[in-house]
Amino acid sequence: MNMKEKIKPHILATPPSGIRKYFDLINEMKDAISLGIGEPDFETPWSIREEGIYSLEKGKTFYSSNAGFIELRYEIANYMKNRFNLEYNPQSEILVTVGGSEAIDITLRAFAGPGDEVVIPEPSFVAYKGCTLFTGATPVPVELKAEDRFKLKPRQLLDAITDKTKAIIIGYPNNPTGATMDYDDYKAIVEVLKDKDIMVISDEIYAELTYRGRHASIAQFPEMKEKTIVINGFSKAFAMTGWRLGFACGQPDVMEQLKKIHQYAIMCAPTTAQFAAVEALKNGEPEVRRMVEEYNRRRLVMVDGFRKAGLDCFEPVGAFYVFPDLRSTGLSSDEFCERLLMEEKVLMVPGNAFGDSGEGFARATYATSLDNIREALARIRRFVDKVKS
Amino acid sequence: MEKKILEILRSNSRIAAEEMAVMLGTTADVIRETIQNLENKGVILGYDTLIDWEKTECENVTAYIEVKVTPQRGQGFDKVAERVYQYPQVLACSLMSGGFDLFVVVEGRTMKEVALFVAEKLAPIDSVLSTATHFVLKKYKENGIIFNRVLKDDREAVVL
Repeated sequence: MNMKEKIKPHILATPPSGIRKYFDLINEMKDAISLGIGEPDFETPWSIREEGIYSLEKGKTFYSSNAGFIELRYEIANYMKNRFNLEYNPQSEILVTVGGSEAIDITLRAFAGPGDEVVIPEPSFVAYKGCTLFTGATPVPVELKAEDRFKLKPRQLLDAITDKTKAIIIGYPNNPTGATMDYDDYKAIVEVLKDKDIMVISDEIYAELTYRGRHASIAQFPEMKEKTIVINGFSKAFAMTGWRLGFACGQPDVMEQLKKIHQYAIMCAPTTAQFAAVEALKNGEPEVRRMVEEYNRRRLVMVDGFRKAGLDCFEPVGAFYVFPDLRSTGLSSDEFCERLLMEEKVLMVPGNAFGDSGEGFARATYATSLDNIREALARIRRFVDKVKS
Repeated sequence: MEKKILEILRSNSRIAAEEMAVMLGTTADVIRETIQNLENKGVILGYDTLIDWEKTECENVTAYIEVKVTPQRGQGFDKVAERVYQYPQVLACSLMSGGFDLFVVVEGRTMKEVALFVAEKLAPIDSVLSTATHFVLKKYKENGIIFNRVLKDDREAVVL
């Protein structure tokens, strides 16, 4: 008997991520440069790792409370207040999760189901759509435009909303575009959403990686705070991807329900990571600044390199991605990335992997060494010259 | 601008002016001019290279030497420091707080050569009261760089 046939149709129908096949190809290659991996190339700062080690040495290997160690939740509350001017009660409004990913998943599970719609501005992180499909709800993409610098515009949002819309997922600074939304950009979005009963899931995992101005959150608007779940975590800011630790913040009535899902599905986030995270929030700031400074230099070199290679490229001021426009080459995203990989051994991720509106673009990450970036840009330049001539 | 240039040069003095200009949002000419200026002012004194000699044929020995001295009237420690740092064998020389006065780094081809230098040159200086020589057995880290660490990007492909 083929048990695969017994798997629910909406699971079977969800496509695997389009990124995968390129990774399989590059694994076979020598001297290939990957601009494909979306995680920091820095190791977790030592003082943070050390706290994890100490906790193990002391035998602190037990579960934490479901919502996470209260000490960590207090640190998160301080951090959210100090960095983003967002106030949450550590007792009832903060849930420590297994990465930002779990927070996205459980929030969607709580708010969306069959017959519902979830608005997803695209291009965006591939899990938004995937997790939405798993709930049985219908993802409704909003096609963000390069000419808008991939910001969400009120008109587009309004057009996407129906009476079935239960949630919208906003992810800024954005993966894959590197776009950000500042406070003024959100004003018009707030006008659209403030009178609607739609939950806003604001994925702010790249908040610390903002290179110009201050990171803004839609939850900073008083009329939106109750209707927003802010998701953040340690992976990007503190280079702690493998520790799997994130958190969600929101109003107590909602968090109580999210905690229930988390409780039954996960129990609690990994405790070694939680001990390390306390150190990250207490003393990690200088290391974050050091990494952000380094990312920023690479960012400028990469944008400059793409432009010199003859590709249009808006200047992304967040996350660690650059999203150049490939259309002047006459190639599709897939053609460009596949040929670039085969002919010059450089991996970029085709923009359409992040939604149809990413077609004509590709994502490159600067979470890799400057040496790699320089060499990759030289190869890309050679490739573009060849294609265009 | 000066501070930002110094920060970048500190970790990589071979970086091209053109690239630094991109990083700092200015032109290569401005970068070159600023660096020239920093050199003229004596802020930038040189550009050295961090070498792990262990991996070469040239076996050098390094010693860190604690020196106690009697300060001289009117000149403090400067005069004696000057006598010490003139020797080409002396790579570094600093005035210290605490249990001794001068901290001297000496390099030579053999331990014997360094020991003889201390015995014949350093210790006999008039105001030198005592020396304590410590030979470096293994270097773990210098100038923020960890020795013998293979940096390999083994991040696995993950879908995100």
